[in-house]
Amino acid sequence: MWSELTKAIANINLPADWLGIRVVKDTSAHHAVRDGLPQRNGKSVTTGAMLEVMVDGCIGYAATNSLQLMSLQNAAKKAYQQALTAKQWWIHPFQATSERPKMVGEYVSPFIEPLNSLSAGEINHLLVRICQSLKVSEQIVKTTAGANTGERETWFVSSNGSEVYQKFLFLSTHYGAIAQDGAIVQQRTNNGWEANYFQGGMELLQPDNLWQRVQRIGEEAIELLAAEECPTTRTNLVLAPDQMMLQIHESVGHPLELDRILGDERNYAGGSFVNKSDFGVLVYGSPLMNITFDPTVSGESASYGYDDTGAIATREYLIKEGVLLRGLGSLESQKRAGVPGVACARACSWNRPAIDRMANLNLEPGKASFEEIIADIEHGVYMDSNRSWSIDDRRYKFQFGCEYAKLIENGKLTKTLRNPNYRATTPEFWHSLTKVGNSSTWEMYGTPYCGKGEPNQAIWVGHGSPVCLFANVEVFGGGA
Amino acid sequence: MQHEELSTLEVSFNQLIDTLLLKKAAIEEFTVKLNSERSQFTRFNHAKVRQTGIVADGWIDLTLMQDQHSSFRQIPFTGNWEIDWQVTYKALQELRAELPLLPLDPYLVLPSATNTSREIHTGNLLLEEAVVPEVLESVAELDFTGFYAGGTVVNAYADSNGQKHWFATDSFTLDYSIFNTAGQAVKGIFAGSDWHQQAYKTKIQEAKTQLELLARPVKQLPRGQYRTYFAPAAVADLLMMLSWGGTSEADLQQGNSALAVLSRGEKQLSSKFNLKENFQLGTVPRFNEWGEMAALELPIITQGILVNTLINSRTAKEYQKTANGANSYESLRAPEVSSGSLEFDQILPSLDTGLYVSNLHYLNWSDRPTGRITGMTRYACFWVENGEIIAPIDNLRFDDSLYRFWSENLVDFTNFQEFIPEVGTYEGRQLGGSMVPGMLVEDFTYTL
Repeated sequence: MWSELTKAIANINLPADWLGIRVVKDTSAHHAVRDGLPQRNGKSVTTGAMLEVMVDGCIGYAATNSLQLMSLQNAAKKAYQQALTAKQWWIHPFQATSERPKMVGEYVSPFIEPLNSLSAGEINHLLVRICQSLKVSEQIVKTTAGANTGERETWFVSSNGSEVYQKFLFLSTHYGAIAQDGAIVQQRTNNGWEANYFQGGMELLQPDNLWQRVQRIGEEAIELLAAEECPTTRTNLVLAPDQMMLQIHESVGHPLELDRILGDERNYAGGSFVNKSDFGVLVYGSPLMNITFDPTVSGESASYGYDDTGAIATREYLIKEGVLLRGLGSLESQKRAGVPGVACARACSWNRPAIDRMANLNLEPGKASFEEIIADIEHGVYMDSNRSWSIDDRRYKFQFGCEYAKLIENGKLTKTLRNPNYRATTPEFWHSLTKVGNSSTWEMYGTPYCGKGEPNQAIWVGHGSPVCLFANVEVFGGGA
Repeated sequence: MQHEELSTLEVSFNQLIDTLLLKKAAIEEFTVKLNSERSQFTRFNHAKVRQTGIVADGWIDLTLMQDQHSSFRQIPFTGNWEIDWQVTYKALQELRAELPLLPLDPYLVLPSATNTSREIHTGNLLLEEAVVPEVLESVAELDFTGFYAGGTVVNAYADSNGQKHWFATDSFTLDYSIFNTAGQAVKGIFAGSDWHQQAYKTKIQEAKTQLELLARPVKQLPRGQYRTYFAPAAVADLLMMLSWGGTSEADLQQGNSALAVLSRGEKQLSSKFNLKENFQLGTVPRFNEWGEMAALELPIITQGILVNTLINSRTAKEYQKTANGANSYESLRAPEVSSGSLEFDQILPSLDTGLYVSNLHYLNWSDRPTGRITGMTRYACFWVENGEIIAPIDNLRFDDSLYRFWSENLVDFTNFQEFIPEVGTYEGRQLGGSMVPGMLVEDFTYTL
């Protein structure tokens, strides 16, 4: 690939400041089974090139799914024309030296077993068994099991000498059950919808506790049918890491994206309640709140060596001891905003331009064990596994729901609760962070479905968190 | 996409299908679905260009079936026969090797119909170099943010039974918001197949007038229940929730539908609520992933009663139902909610005192089995007293059930409808949209 791309760069003759080509080859396999019957099996391959051309500080792009030299040359011309046409109206002049610096490097996902070490038949057989094991009762009316693998290679070359190669291996699994008793319907899944999304190989498909976990998911779906509704009250709320994933994503990640703060996203996903002047000043949450952008965590889904403009990726604190320090902004956004950022210019594929994205965003562990957190609570609710999520366009007022909850009474987990929900505003909520679990409670999850951008892009992100306690939160149950 | 390029794509697609028909074994069946686009994407912020570019994309989904086994390969489609056939033949060989390893699928649907169709809708789109000046010259003094997506989209289908469909359309959407200094905004969508500069200028002028109303001080409302008028764009957002665990027969059968209560007859919606699929507008293809054609019209909810669900051939086979041309997700593709009797100039007097909601944001089921939906108000939403707009509101969170707002709390729909175009571009440019009226509701529940 390098020789073709180097040749292309050499054979594109345009009076441009800078030219970059980012080639993506993405192969993903999909396997889905419902009630023990095959639903979807196959493989998707997409290959193409994104060409960016900078002219007088203005960038145009053109993407093509043909990698022939002539196609790349035509795309470069189109990108050049796009830049030229927009020049008079361009939002901010960029420079190749600062926004597209030369970078040479490589990143490869860690793995033990190659992704092709099991056949599609073997994977389907496993999924059928999972469905069968989930059906612990006739009241289970639907079982699902799925596994997806992905191998993604990217090559980034530029007229100023960048050569970055990255190879990512992904594996995600999902299983769950729906139980029904008349009008009462309850769903239970393995940590929420497709939350088990990681970098790695086939060794991730069958963790040691798989069959115990499958059995438990089925049993808990049944247990929820007879559970009490989550009470409507203000109380202590303990969130499991699989719900903290969503909490961090929606109420910390998105509001800290510099492109939202700069207004680029206002017409689609929205803006932010955070302002440029808040960085270094705003007390975002309690002193226990330490949030890192960390693309270096082995196996977390959005680890990488370089972003899609070639910027080198490093671990950075966004919030330290509750104080906002840094935004989620690319080199372009950092220059426009005058705010420190991170290497987060990412595109979902070759056919979309890079924009500010989250990657891995983690809450660092505190000191309390799970038992210590629960033991000190006189009354509260413990919730896990996200079921419902909604937040406003400034990332301020949110309402989230979970699949499963336990009442906490006098330092103990007692009754099971169904339809648990909670709502709050972002600053109020993070200031109410009272305890942060230690590293024994820290778990990481991921999702391939973070949506944003115009044109729209769904991208993969990772979030790790310990168990956390929030005080005086409004919780409530379901019902019309 | 120029006519010559579109023609090359069609010829190449037909050649691919003809060759697959020659190569297939007697016991093999296949379907091929094509998505292709040539699009200009230009993103605006502060009446400037933030990103601008061209995307040439295309892919096919080849599904091979034999002896109750099936698998697919999604592969690039460039329109270059030599490249495309090489990739397709490799995929065919892989599928042949994989099929025997897979479990039996008792509900596998083989292509059996004999439909063919060919629709080409040409338009007058802006030239690539004209997009930026034509859009921005009218809004130069405004805080204009938005997104132009325009070009040609092709959806096609063919199978081993000889079915073939070709749908190509030129279209554009300009989805925009205009903000004032207080952060309040007016939302608009200008869309179609022919760009009319004067019509665009008129839309912008209307937006400027609305923006003046937003200049008033923002009113903070406490949580509670308010009489609410939902403009058509907000109704479209609520309606599309039915594509996510609503109108699907499979979801009903599998305990995953908000309409189960309606289906069992335990609850009824207002007799004023009528929903149908209506393909008469021709903005989306009528064929589905099996090449089957949906009826031009299919009533779904009539006078508050669920009269049809969306049933695809696979669901029909599994649950002994009759298929009605639904797609694989059994989602709404061309939904239309019937109009009511509320006249345009009676909207504010009928609302009297309450909320005028222009748009909604980030909807989700908060309790699907009971039809409860949560989400936010967004953009130009107002507090109205005695039939007069008083002030824009600080956005509110709502959490209410469709068994309330489309049932006993539904006052009326407007006597006019609007077409709300689909502007999504995940994976590729989406087509179609919803035809919906505005809606007046009593005691809508706001929670934060």
